[in-house]
Amino acid sequence: MTFGLDQVQVRFGGRTVLNAVSLPARPSEITVVVGGDGAGKTTCLRTLVGLVDPDDGEVRRPAKERIGYVPATSGLYEDLAVEENLAFSAHAYGIPRAEYQQRTEELLARIGLTATRQRLGSELSGGMKRKLAVGLALLHVPELVVLDEPTTGVDPVSRVELWRLISSAAIEGAAVVVATTYVNEASRATSVVLLESGRAIAAGSPEEILASVPGTLGRKRGGSQPTERSWRRGSEWRVWAPSGGLPPGVESSAPDFEDAVVVASLADEFAGSPR
Amino acid sequence: MWAMVTKEFRQLKRDRRTLAMMIVLPVLLLVVFGYAARFNVDNISTVVVGPGASQVASSLKAPFDVVGVDAGGDKSTAKSWLQDGRAIVGFVTTASGLSVVLDGTQLFSVQKAEDALAQLSSSPSSAVSSLRPSVQILYNPNLSTSWVMVPGLAGLILVFIGTLITSLGVVRERQSGTLEQLAVMPFRPFDVIAGKIAPYLMVAGLDLLAIVLIGMVVFHVPFVGNVGTFALGSVLFLLVTLGLGVLISTVSQNQGQAIQLSFMITLPQILLSGLIFPISSMAAGVRWISYVLPLTYFIDISRGEMLKATPISALWMPLLILALLGVGVFGLAVLRFRRDLAPRSRETKVEALFAEPVAT
Repeated sequence: MTFGLDQVQVRFGGRTVLNAVSLPARPSEITVVVGGDGAGKTTCLRTLVGLVDPDDGEVRRPAKERIGYVPATSGLYEDLAVEENLAFSAHAYGIPRAEYQQRTEELLARIGLTATRQRLGSELSGGMKRKLAVGLALLHVPELVVLDEPTTGVDPVSRVELWRLISSAAIEGAAVVVATTYVNEASRATSVVLLESGRAIAAGSPEEILASVPGTLGRKRGGSQPTERSWRRGSEWRVWAPSGGLPPGVESSAPDFEDAVVVASLADEFAGSPR
Repeated sequence: MWAMVTKEFRQLKRDRRTLAMMIVLPVLLLVVFGYAARFNVDNISTVVVGPGASQVASSLKAPFDVVGVDAGGDKSTAKSWLQDGRAIVGFVTTASGLSVVLDGTQLFSVQKAEDALAQLSSSPSSAVSSLRPSVQILYNPNLSTSWVMVPGLAGLILVFIGTLITSLGVVRERQSGTLEQLAVMPFRPFDVIAGKIAPYLMVAGLDLLAIVLIGMVVFHVPFVGNVGTFALGSVLFLLVTLGLGVLISTVSQNQGQAIQLSFMITLPQILLSGLIFPISSMAAGVRWISYVLPLTYFIDISRGEMLKATPISALWMPLLILALLGVGVFGLAVLRFRRDLAPRSRETKVEALFAEPVAT
């Protein structure tokens, strides 16, 4: 069954926080919600798991027993040991003892915490905490896994390990939704929803989003900012020309996913302004 | 430095609760406790029994406030009045003379009554002086302060555990973000609340047991009443205090706010519940506060059971009020806590969704 949001609108007071946002969550697929701070990612995920009531639109999700959720905050009890956290989760979801023991051993091995199973949550490193939090959300083999910025503030090695864990959940058949501020993580997704100011400014597979980049993208080495619609990447300027004509001295370039995200944001920002 | 001062004022302005504590609370406390912190007793409820009851009752003046006259009664009748808390002093007239029984659990009233009796005895015109009354202090013959304080302190410690520790436990859950996760887990709101407070209930129960035992062993406080009635009163009282703890946690975003609110709730209970100052000495405008504080009723029950063996039939009022307070406070706490975990509108929509699943 496909879960997700369909044309969901959420208002807090008089402020619209999500405006007609659709978000697919299909079995065995990873949907990544990308956006900056305040874009509406957390509200999007909270609406999906049932913590926020939408004002309009439709939400499809399984029963609570079949959801695994990690909030942006730690998602584990820091004053409980690793295996005590796992035991609490197992009891909460009614996992039989024999099954729990088997799954716990597997999961601890996968998240690399077998040797630290008796350590308190507060004694774990940031990366270990996030791996444990994701592991707790996966223990009961949920149909829908929702992870709010699981890799934020985590070192690169732990990020890779976390993504391996997230991917394994999708391989096992779960519909996985991950919010992130890291654009490069979107390339790991089956579907991407790019959020800005509570609106989905681009959605589709990474390939579809790349293919739908409007206008022309160019690059220029050094110098001053060539146009208003240009941004710095390393030692180069990237230039986006909505109508196709690049300024002199700027050579045409194929966009990568990061460029596609920036172009989508610029296109939204300059929508309606003269080209 | 001005940058710091400006920043602090801005932060303080936004922290309304701290601001209220700093400005309103001292004024309020001064006014309330100015009228409440009194040891002098003006009225002592008195019962007069025996064949000469009418004559003695008519000769009694303030501070004796005659609340009952029973010409057919005897000493046991007077004791019954004292045991039930309906009177503090009992005058027992018999053919051979007059005896006076006093409720030793009411320290200040008894001291005042002894002074008043001495004056009466020395007054040649008094009907009492001619009878040369014998005085007997019941329930706390040595007027020991610890005998009176320990049953009340047991309640105070339960207020502290129930209100402060429970609220901190729940707020910690909110601050760390795990409350949000619990809301997504397959728990009913009742499961979360009950599971959250059950350990505190057990620890508070053990604390109570320890306090009573220490009071008995170290301070030689007797326990002459019914353990079952005491336990019933304790459970009802704990229900109120734990409910207050959960209620505080639902209106506190962090542990600092929870501590502030707990302090605001605990302090009046220390000073206005009759633990230290007699309620009858408080000004009428302040006394009503005592009557909405759960500790006031727990003290009635604990002193009644530990020191006086007050029958349950005489404690039905404090038990009923504690039960009503418990249901009210705990009900309100559960309703507010439910809002954190599962708003009704959201639940309805989810249920409706599963009734007719729609796939795309």
